[in-house]
Amino acid sequence: MTADDHLAWLRCEGRIVIVGASLAGLRAAETLRAEGFTGSLTMIGDEPYEPYDRPPLSKAVLLGKASARHTALPRRRDVDAKWRLGVAATGLDLSAQRVRLADEDEVEYDRLLIATGVRARPWPKEAEAQLDGVFVLRTRDDAVGLEQRLRASPRRVLVIGAGFTGSEIASACREQGIAVTVAERGGAPLVGALGGVIGAVAAVLHRENGVDLRTGVTVTALEGDPAGRVRSAHLSDGAVIETDVVVVALGATRNTEWLTGSGLGAGPRGIACDAGCRAFDFRGIVTDDVYVAGDVARSPHPLFGYQFLSLEHWGNAVSQAEVAAHNMISASADRRPHMWVPAFWSSQFGVNIKSVGVPPMGEEIMITQGSLAERRFVGVYGYQGRVIAAVSFDNTRWLDFYQRQIETAAPFPVESPTVDRRPEGRRPIPSDFPDPSLPSHGPTVTLSGYSPADRRLVFSPARR
Amino acid sequence: MRLVVDLNRCQGYAQCAFLAPDVFAMHGEESLVYNPRPDDEQREQVTRAVAACPVQAITAEGLDDAADPPAWACQEASHDC
Amino acid sequence: MTHHSLLRQITDYANRANPYPLYKELHNTPVLHEEDGGPYLVSSYWDILSLLHDPRISSDAANLAAAGADEMGGVAETGLPPSFIRQDPPEHDRLRRIANRPFGPPHSPRKIDSMRGELAGIVSGLIDGFGQARQIDVVDQFAYPFPVTVICRLLGVPREDEPRFHTWVEPIVAGLDPDTGKDDAERRRGAQEARMQLGMYLAQLVEQRSKEPTGDMLSELVTSHGPDGPMTTMEVLSTAVLLLIAGHETTVNLITNGMLTLLRHPEYLERLRNDPGLVVGIVEELLRYEPPVQLVPQRTCIADIEVRGTTIPKGSKIWLVLAAGNRDPERFTDPDRFDPDRKDIQHLGFGSGIHSCFGAPLARLEAQIALSELARRLDNPRLVKDPPPYRQNAVLRGPRHLLVDFDALRP
Repeated sequence: MTADDHLAWLRCEGRIVIVGASLAGLRAAETLRAEGFTGSLTMIGDEPYEPYDRPPLSKAVLLGKASARHTALPRRRDVDAKWRLGVAATGLDLSAQRVRLADEDEVEYDRLLIATGVRARPWPKEAEAQLDGVFVLRTRDDAVGLEQRLRASPRRVLVIGAGFTGSEIASACREQGIAVTVAERGGAPLVGALGGVIGAVAAVLHRENGVDLRTGVTVTALEGDPAGRVRSAHLSDGAVIETDVVVVALGATRNTEWLTGSGLGAGPRGIACDAGCRAFDFRGIVTDDVYVAGDVARSPHPLFGYQFLSLEHWGNAVSQAEVAAHNMISASADRRPHMWVPAFWSSQFGVNIKSVGVPPMGEEIMITQGSLAERRFVGVYGYQGRVIAAVSFDNTRWLDFYQRQIETAAPFPVESPTVDRRPEGRRPIPSDFPDPSLPSHGPTVTLSGYSPADRRLVFSPARR
Repeated sequence: MRLVVDLNRCQGYAQCAFLAPDVFAMHGEESLVYNPRPDDEQREQVTRAVAACPVQAITAEGLDDAADPPAWACQEASHDC
Repeated sequence: MTHHSLLRQITDYANRANPYPLYKELHNTPVLHEEDGGPYLVSSYWDILSLLHDPRISSDAANLAAAGADEMGGVAETGLPPSFIRQDPPEHDRLRRIANRPFGPPHSPRKIDSMRGELAGIVSGLIDGFGQARQIDVVDQFAYPFPVTVICRLLGVPREDEPRFHTWVEPIVAGLDPDTGKDDAERRRGAQEARMQLGMYLAQLVEQRSKEPTGDMLSELVTSHGPDGPMTTMEVLSTAVLLLIAGHETTVNLITNGMLTLLRHPEYLERLRNDPGLVVGIVEELLRYEPPVQLVPQRTCIADIEVRGTTIPKGSKIWLVLAAGNRDPERFTDPDRFDPDRKDIQHLGFGSGIHSCFGAPLARLEAQIALSELARRLDNPRLVKDPPPYRQNAVLRGPRHLLVDFDALRP
């Protein structure tokens, strides 16, 4: 069979297996069908639910505007798949092209897409994590449990970690009049993702909305009552917080353990793949039948010095899934690179926060529009003389412009005048990111590799 | 009906919140919150909201009673097979 | 072959009925600069969209005046401060937020939705008013009085005052026309004078409402207690002038252009009659195909900017030709075809970015109700004259009259 024949056979009769039945997996399946794949398609997911949307779980759901049980994703088309839900994948045999499942079953594939995503990092002390009232928030079940508990008028909620998820939870609590303490190891909320300058604004938002924000502290112990319900938390500064709901929001862990020993280049940083989403094996050789997409992937990006980026972004999951699916059933000359510009949003305390590019690469920041004090602004991050990222607070309509500045490596500092430039925005200031090797709640973009072309960079991912 | 809004695309023009206020709401000046599983009686309003979105950020399933998810058929790819 | 510049041909009234061949020609030169001191015309979809989101582009009246692009002048000349469409952030944002409080979400999320029944009632009344006639002027008997009635009720301006304020609105709208003709200075003076008169008329209403609020937008604007505080009286007046004019002078064109287009494509008129739900797609396609605001002439750049290899120097006048962008073949397949079934329809009909149309949701609802009811109730409607006579204005482009014959009025 020639390569062309093989591809034609694959597209018509091949077996494609997608491990991970969430946003990336679903969008990949739809893309495969939309592009004419007529073979068999198997979707494997460890949760018993069809693909659902996660961002509402920490926003609309906690605000009572949506139900955690009803965020199933709309289908763009029928995917005609065999669904294996509620069964985790437990192993991969690369040479036999087989995925092993938790129920001992095995599924053979001609092409495999891995989109297993991440899971919430649990509270590290297992006994304390088991206490009734201690939550993480990642899945539908987590949200159902937390929502229920918040509705039962808790005395106080303790949120551990002031990243985006933690801040959104605190915001939802405050909006419903629930007392909340936030304990953050770093100097301010969001520092890992956006740096200290923006973090200071986030801290004001927390406090103005009545959050008891404690920064520069860690939680040393959670204490339960005799019935096993959480009662209080001890902080590193000696403080004790009386609480009956604790939400652990310390970032995420990549779901790659099932690949241990498979020979794939998978580890705690994710699964390395090329710009076309093909996975690397542990020797650094690219595979031709295993693809990766979504939060679990780490791939080189030409706009950011070909550094490997791991992105826990909704939009990245969609875009990378589409590229991976296309490439899985295309001849090599027709394949496309995944060159999505990182972008994310968060909504907290009534403020819309959006970002494009890779803020943690930014050495300096300039407020080119609006003002930090008014909580309405655009901040631009610079790295080695070019624009590398931007963040907006209630100013999203300008972000397209800054995305193009990033894509074209526009010079930094931003010299040209912009509307609504204030005196504070004339000069760049240090963006004030914490040392990335120190643990914090974790950034949403992790620079997880080094460009051979740029040895001056010494980034290491958070919490490794 | 099922909905999802691509909030990367969303720029807070609020057209959906004007036209289907029981499904979409502005939370602050720019943030959108919405019910991803609106009741069927909201169908007309949601249809208007989807069409009016200036950045076409709303994906909906089940807007037409007739064709639920567009039927996937082998015919469209049959020339390949 | 004439030597008239494309710019002059676009503003030339002779081409008002069909400027689209000129716009097509514009696409050959995506950034067109024909005269020293004249505007840079931008006609490609992607370039227009970029510039609408570009913070180096200003709408500020002072910057525009310096660029010679603001026919409406500044405070000193008219006594009224510029409205928010002629301001940049943060002032623009503040005024628009206050104006939005009594109009839309988050503060008044149901205001427009709750007007549906009222809008339908006004439309029915106007159509019933056609009586026994079998020929109507869609403009004078329907497309003009409908949005005027709506905006009057919304703002709290007495509907019966329309003949009065109409005499001021006309010269103000004429002042928006970027006709490069001769009596420019006179036209500008007339517009300023009229704007002041209209402001004085509204000032009386505003004064009443500040003492006795009646729940309408004028009352709400003058008594606003949001986080941004109230507007000054002068700000209320210039906002009210803007909303009153924009609230009907554009919608009249959307409805009239819509009816004209449907009469030219009777298959869609027929489909609409049988399936009123189609009106949603029809109105979106109209906003692309025949946008009521054809171009945005009131922008300038506060830095040198490069668009498609052309440097537009700081302080230049920039015209964003929305109607040309809407028919950009790089963006839309078969752009000159009216196709309400189009799936991909991210038009520029309401602009984009921070200045995107304030009244868009109201205009949509008005056009949807107006067109579906006309289609339903007019039996066998026919265009009397094609093309119909147009209004002078090149920016707010639409027919001055639209005579339609029909056989009967359905109940």
